[in-house]
Amino acid sequence: MNVLVTVTEGATVDDEFRIDGLAIDDGSLTTDLNEWDEYALETAVRLAEADLVDEVVTVTIGPEDCEGTIRQVLAKGADRAIRVWDDALERSEMLDVGAKTALLAAVVETEEPDLVLTGVQSADEGFMATGVSLAAAVDYGWAAVVNALEVDPDERIARVRRELEGGVEERTEVDLPAVLTIQTGINEPRYASLRGIRMAQRKELAVRSLADLGLEASAVESRLRLRELAEPESESEARVLEGSSEEAAAELATVLREQGVGR
Amino acid sequence: MSDVLAVVDHRQGALRDVSFELLSAGRDLADATGGDLFVAVVNGPTAAFADEVDREGVDAIYTVDAGEEFDHDVYAGAAVHLVETLEPRILLAPNSVNGIDYLPAVATRLDWPLVTDAVGLELEGETLVATREHYGGKVEATLEVALDGGVAVTIRAGEWPAATGEGAASVEDVAFDLEESANRSRVLGFEAVAGGDVDIAEADVLVSVGRGIEDEENLELIEELAEALGATVSASRPVVDAGWLPKNRQVGQSGKVVTPDVYIAIGISGAVQHVAGMKGAKTIVAINTDPNAPIMDIADYAIHDDLFDVVPALIEQFE
Ligand SMILES: Cc1cc2nc3c(=O)[nH]c(=O)nc-3n(C[C@H](O)[C@H](O)[C@H](O)COP(=O)(O)OP(=O)(O)OC[C@H]3O[C@@H](n4cnc5c(N)ncnc54)[C@H](O)[C@@H]3O)c2cc1C
Ligand SMILES: Nc1ncnc2c1ncn2[C@@H]1O[C@H](COP(=O)(O)O)[C@@H](O)[C@H]1O
Repeated sequence: MNVLVTVTEGATVDDEFRIDGLAIDDGSLTTDLNEWDEYALETAVRLAEADLVDEVVTVTIGPEDCEGTIRQVLAKGADRAIRVWDDALERSEMLDVGAKTALLAAVVETEEPDLVLTGVQSADEGFMATGVSLAAAVDYGWAAVVNALEVDPDERIARVRRELEGGVEERTEVDLPAVLTIQTGINEPRYASLRGIRMAQRKELAVRSLADLGLEASAVESRLRLRELAEPESESEARVLEGSSEEAAAELATVLREQGVGR
Repeated sequence: MSDVLAVVDHRQGALRDVSFELLSAGRDLADATGGDLFVAVVNGPTAAFADEVDREGVDAIYTVDAGEEFDHDVYAGAAVHLVETLEPRILLAPNSVNGIDYLPAVATRLDWPLVTDAVGLELEGETLVATREHYGGKVEATLEVALDGGVAVTIRAGEWPAATGEGAASVEDVAFDLEESANRSRVLGFEAVAGGDVDIAEADVLVSVGRGIEDEENLELIEELAEALGATVSASRPVVDAGWLPKNRQVGQSGKVVTPDVYIAIGISGAVQHVAGMKGAKTIVAINTDPNAPIMDIADYAIHDDLFDVVPALIEQFE
């Protein structure tokens, strides 16, 4: 059995940030492995360690800049990585779910994994949709927002729990091949070991262009267009307690006592 | 003119609140194009649900009776079937855990673009303009998508008013062939996550801690504060995911909904899934170094400062 994990670089904006046209100014972004993908990766690596899976491959759609993050993923136990990029992608301000689906579907068709693990959402755009959309494109089964997983390779079934709202979980079984979108908390992701980091340098990181994947630029054109990025108008009506930490704490203490707290 | 098809959401015998908000969002769009609003009820007690969603502005209701509960294969099949027969150009669903478990598949099957978690929707001629939040609510993105072929959209809960009033919609039961091969998963049942020792929903005062606490050992500080205030400790998801506090302390969409008199959010950004669980608190206090954190939008009192300075000072005030 083989697993393909989709991983993206998540970006968080700093407390103070600048919007530069249709992008956030690079200087105010911190990038790291997307939180949800970290859990998806850990899920795959644990399946490999339990000998349920032979190979863990990752795929990332992104420019060369994200190779640092990809090496991190290899250091945490993926066997090899694929990075998909192309000049044609460089030119668009955003890739919508449809475009990412077309790219990832082409990779699934060549890799033929039994299981594809994605994150529930990317931390930046958070469409919460790529995994399920991909499943439909490659005609796999699927389950979204999975917080527990058991794979039965003989019966070719994934038994999962889907985390619904309000503390309710749904037990579902999905036939393989399948795409599962993984929720945080399903496990405790590891840190890369020094040995892992050394080994990662020697692992394969293949770069694929549209032509390599047999795709035309038109097939991966985003149908959503970004018109504007803006800092939302603050709707805050909060009373800000100013001054030094001690002064603010003293004021808060007064407010809390007025509310009957701590008496 | 374009018609709108809205697929409502329900679970364990009850329609979810967001379903009625969906009707408002759908009606607004239908009005903007001069089209009709169609509503689909898939599975569950369909007749009773059809009655409930027959609110003002709904033109026609279609029911699909193929089981009790949500099943993404049935929902996806039904949505595709209804789109093909009714030919709406906008398909709406809630951005719920179930909504995101089938609508992306429907968009792919129809080859329609997909907008998820919309907080605003406008029509400008043949262009749908959607507002979404990026970067955990710190940036607002305006997106455009051409309506020509059709667009699938999920909406965020709490952004549209719930539809009210009596409707006079026609109701039609729809049968369709669910392809054998489409049925690749089976729902086996539901389970409520274990309750445990403390019920945070019962507490009058909650001291709630988020990722800003950085390290498990720093939780002591929060516990000390809770003790000084006579409060109960709750948390945002990352603290629970890390195993620092048990699941029954989690506030939010997938945790507990709490409505204490006072909720003190410490090092919590205020992501939508967190806010879903605590926005009903009477008084909300936010302690956060980031003055632009979304939690500030709902806070009554705010301290823009380092929790490691403020919390010890606050403990001192109560000793
Ligand atoms: C399907 C789904 C369901 C979810 N359900 C839930 C749920 O039930 N509950 C939930 O909470 N989340 C839930 N989430 C996760 C949610 O999206 C956020 O990731 C999470 O709420 C973020 O938690 P946080 O605010 O603690 O962390 P962050 O967003 O990382 O925020 C940390 C905050 O701490 C501040 N900070 C950092 N250091 C300091 C300091 N020294 N002093 C003061 N402030 C500081 C930062 O400015 C920041 O605002 C769910 C997500 C999904 C996709
Ligand atoms: N650029 C990308 N490259 C690879 N995988 C991605 C990319 N964007 C999103 N994904 C995957 O899809 C998941 C959900 O993302 P989204 O639908 O954007 O919220 C992420 O957790 C990733 O696993």
